Amino acid sequence: MFEEKGFQVTLSSMNDFKTNQLKKVQQLLVVVSTHGEGEPPDNAISFHEFMHSKRAPRLEGMKFSVLSLGDSSYEQYCQTGKEFDARLEALGATRFHDRVDCDVDFEEPTKAWLEGVLKRLTEEQEGAGTAAAPAVESPSAPSAPAAESAYSRTNPFEAEVLANINLNGRGSNKETRHLELSLEGSGLTYKAGDALGIYPHNDPELVDLLLAETKWDPQAEVAVGKQGDKRPLREALIEHLEITVLTKALLEKLAPLATNPDLAQLTAAGNEAALKAYVKGRDLLDFVRDYGPLEGSAQDVVSHLRKIPVRLYSIASSQTANPDEVHLTIGAVRYDAFGRARKGVCSTQTAERLEVGDKVSVYVQPNNHFKLPEDSNTPIIMVGPGTGIAPFRSFMQEREETGASGPSWLFFGDQHFVTDFLYQTEWQRWIKDGVLTRMDVAFSRDTDEKVYVQHRMRQHAKELYEWLDQGAVFYVCGDMKNMAKDVHQTLAEIISAEGGKSLEEAEAYLAEMKKSHRYQRDVY
Amino acid sequence: MANTKLSAPGGNPSDVERIKRESNYLRGTLAASMLEPISAGISDDDNRLMKFHGSYLQDDRDLRNERQKQKLEPAYQFMLRVRMPGGVAQPGQWLVMDELAQKYGNGTLKLTTRQTFQMHGILKWNMKKTIQSIHQSLLDTIAACGDVNRNVMCNPNPYQSDIHAEVYEWSKRLSNDLLPRTRAYHELWLDEEMVASTPEQDAYEPMYGPLYLPRKFKIGIAVPPSNDIDVFSQDLGFIAIVEDGKLAGFNVAIGGGMGMSHGDKETYPQVAKVIGYCKPDQIYDVAEKIITIQRDYGNRSQRKNARFKYTVDRLGLDNVKAELESRLGWSLETAKPYHFNDNGDRYGWVQGVGDKWHFTMFIQGGRIADYDGFQLMTGLREIAKVHTGDFRLTANQNLIVADVTPQKKEEITELLGRYGLIDVQQYSGLRRSSMACVALPTCGLAMAEAERYLPVLIDKIEGILDENGLRNEEITIRMTGCPNGCARHALSEIGFIGKAPGKYNMYLGAAFDGSRLSKMYRENIGEEEILRELGTLLPRYAKERESGEHFGDFVIRAGVIAATTDGTNFHD
Repeated sequence: MFEEKGFQVTLSSMNDFKTNQLKKVQQLLVVVSTHGEGEPPDNAISFHEFMHSKRAPRLEGMKFSVLSLGDSSYEQYCQTGKEFDARLEALGATRFHDRVDCDVDFEEPTKAWLEGVLKRLTEEQEGAGTAAAPAVESPSAPSAPAAESAYSRTNPFEAEVLANINLNGRGSNKETRHLELSLEGSGLTYKAGDALGIYPHNDPELVDLLLAETKWDPQAEVAVGKQGDKRPLREALIEHLEITVLTKALLEKLAPLATNPDLAQLTAAGNEAALKAYVKGRDLLDFVRDYGPLEGSAQDVVSHLRKIPVRLYSIASSQTANPDEVHLTIGAVRYDAFGRARKGVCSTQTAERLEVGDKVSVYVQPNNHFKLPEDSNTPIIMVGPGTGIAPFRSFMQEREETGASGPSWLFFGDQHFVTDFLYQTEWQRWIKDGVLTRMDVAFSRDTDEKVYVQHRMRQHAKELYEWLDQGAVFYVCGDMKNMAKDVHQTLAEIISAEGGKSLEEAEAYLAEMKKSHRYQRDVY
Repeated sequence: MANTKLSAPGGNPSDVERIKRESNYLRGTLAASMLEPISAGISDDDNRLMKFHGSYLQDDRDLRNERQKQKLEPAYQFMLRVRMPGGVAQPGQWLVMDELAQKYGNGTLKLTTRQTFQMHGILKWNMKKTIQSIHQSLLDTIAACGDVNRNVMCNPNPYQSDIHAEVYEWSKRLSNDLLPRTRAYHELWLDEEMVASTPEQDAYEPMYGPLYLPRKFKIGIAVPPSNDIDVFSQDLGFIAIVEDGKLAGFNVAIGGGMGMSHGDKETYPQVAKVIGYCKPDQIYDVAEKIITIQRDYGNRSQRKNARFKYTVDRLGLDNVKAELESRLGWSLETAKPYHFNDNGDRYGWVQGVGDKWHFTMFIQGGRIADYDGFQLMTGLREIAKVHTGDFRLTANQNLIVADVTPQKKEEITELLGRYGLIDVQQYSGLRRSSMACVALPTCGLAMAEAERYLPVLIDKIEGILDENGLRNEEITIRMTGCPNGCARHALSEIGFIGKAPGKYNMYLGAAFDGSRLSKMYRENIGEEEILRELGTLLPRYAKERESGEHFGDFVIRAGVIAATTDGTNFHD
């Protein structure tokens, strides 16, 4: 839409952006998401670091605006966007349009921001002739799927369930579902490494508990969404509204409806810590039980609920190998908290309610930062414990189908060998057929001392470094908080020890690998 | 040395002969296989060799199909069998087995039909630790399976303990002296350094040679009047001859064996034949020479015709005896008279020689486990903690708490009572005389259930027994999941061999003392038909039997089935 108006646009992801070009940029549009506890996403880390370091140039001549993407159920909501916004200003750049922070339901505010930015730019252009507007885009920013399809995030495809298998053997502590969906007739395409978005449904049992607690009429019509579509309340709560996460913002909006005076106390200024502690891990049913009954109608409450957020899963299949299918690997999340059994919305919908023949709303979410090397002779090292194994199954399918000759090395881990070796027979076959060159596994609860993937990496440090030295691409998928951090640390130590480098030099080596797309992560 | 009149069958050697030949004395690629991280299994070739180390790879067959759908390999696990001649275990050894079963096995122990412990469900990476713990308890698993001499059986006769002690010493000596000499076991499991030089093959494994035997080889020693070890089922049996309260020598019996293949009449169970008598200190020589005859003349082309019984039947008993005497350089004496009463166990407390007491208890299917409301495994563990004598595993999968001092008897009796182990009369005579192999879910050969199903079948047969006043009548009943016959079905009065899930061949007419084989009575029948047949036969037996007549003899006299006078007419 910018080019239509005659602007020259350079679209770049942050880790592809050459920082020495920054001073030449006249207008900078930053679109960035936030990960975990207010951290920048993987491929924004180096640019974020650069911008906050002393190396960052003064940017007096630059105009900028930031669109930040986030999830208000996290404490540090849209933190990275806020940081870029503040930092650009501090470096002397001029904010020509206010920052917009988007929650999980980002379409509307994004559209508004884009329109606002365009309008401001056009006004300036009319005053000062032609301008260029390079945009720096973060990896999590939505972009349209590569190929033509009638289906998208806003118009998801109703995919039929072809298979739904528990991959964990009897006696396992875990339940990991292998879900096969049909894409037949959708025109949707994906590449190995992409993700699939699913619009999940809430657990009807949880909804019924909530209805019983609130004494709301399940059949009462309520308006949901931006368009205010009318839906029976029970259906709206199951299919459209988020009821499993509480946010500070939601509680503040609901405070006036609460009859329990303690809530006013909790949401009052000065009690942020208590409020933060309260919302963490609790859901709407907890809130209604703790602070109900609520005054007003169901609509009064429903109006403040967010749209049920999409769940993204790394795709576990290759479309080359399965032209009309997409496979996912979904770990069922179940735990007890605050006196009640809690369930992951999408994962337990898959585990407990999705049957073959049922349909789910899906769309393809491309991830250009997690891709097989273009040269099929390039060696690859894959680290994917637990459900992190998913994209590597797609990699292997793709490499098998295309007859790629590059060596491959997979590290996998989970709790128990006997029950938790996800897709075991497929790896065995790929090893036998030479598609997978080698595989090392770590099962943490089979031995007295817990063994994880990074321990296996260390055991084979010498060979691992040789692979890296020969140009291998290193992939990590799975848990961000512990695994990916430990794997990174171990990798740096291996590079340091085997490559005769200091830890700083090893980190620089890794940074260089990231830059050249030889260190790719899909972590969550 | 070989007799020119005798020869081994021709034909290409079987694949197992190749594996043995290429194995470098039972090493193969086991060391690497056991470390390979992507599968809990090992290759077929290595699994063949694993048997010589007392183990084989199995999988939980109950889960096979389910796991295949889950993209998981079969639930591979190892069965580990201890070498424990005569079935004697010290209390400390019992506690080690118990602990290993809990820690690395499936939480149960199987007392086998050859008087030893078997553990199931051991994962590949726990095998070394398990074998090392067994080694530390002064037991081992060498040659517990494989084409070698297996665990030597011996009557654990509790009421003639001085004779038992002497016979037991001979069984131990046979077991030890007939072990393979290869250090493969010590290198693989006990971290012994591999010896660099490869000695001359014959010097390395002087008796067995590099190919070991054509098939497994079994030795047992019976002490009349008990034939509990089924001496006629052994490749080589010794029958202790007691004169004036002293062990005088042994009758020698050769060429017994239980296994056969369904639908192949060239294979059959056979009873060993008594060929003479030797002095106690001659039994090692006799055993060694018999083994070398089988080594030289056994069938290495067809494994199902490779047991010594076929060698004996092919060469002729007299020729084998002549070859033996030629190799010995002396002749066996004429066999001495002996008499067997039965091939089962006598239950309860008995006083042995001196002031020692022995308690024999019934262990259903030989399975030591804790059940709902019946803490068998816990009870035995508690007894092992205080017991000062030893444990003796019987050939019928039962257990003797042996050598209990009068001072300890009260404490042991109290524990037996507390854990419900003391009242053997709670079981019917049929159940007390029952035996079943492991079969499903772990045994790869099983075609039908055995250990898990026989108790259920007996529950139903007991209804018939009760109606006919036969509850305390001892009738031997044995079930095996396949025709290999680990539970020695062909020597029980009622025998079953699995054919397919829920289907069995039914055999009748074996002698109560284990001296006569049974014969097939009905083929491929299910529970309903089994109960219908027994529902006719058992009431007839109750009404028509003569005084003291056993069921196996009755069915022959009554014309229900013809007697099998020799293995060669088993199928007639």
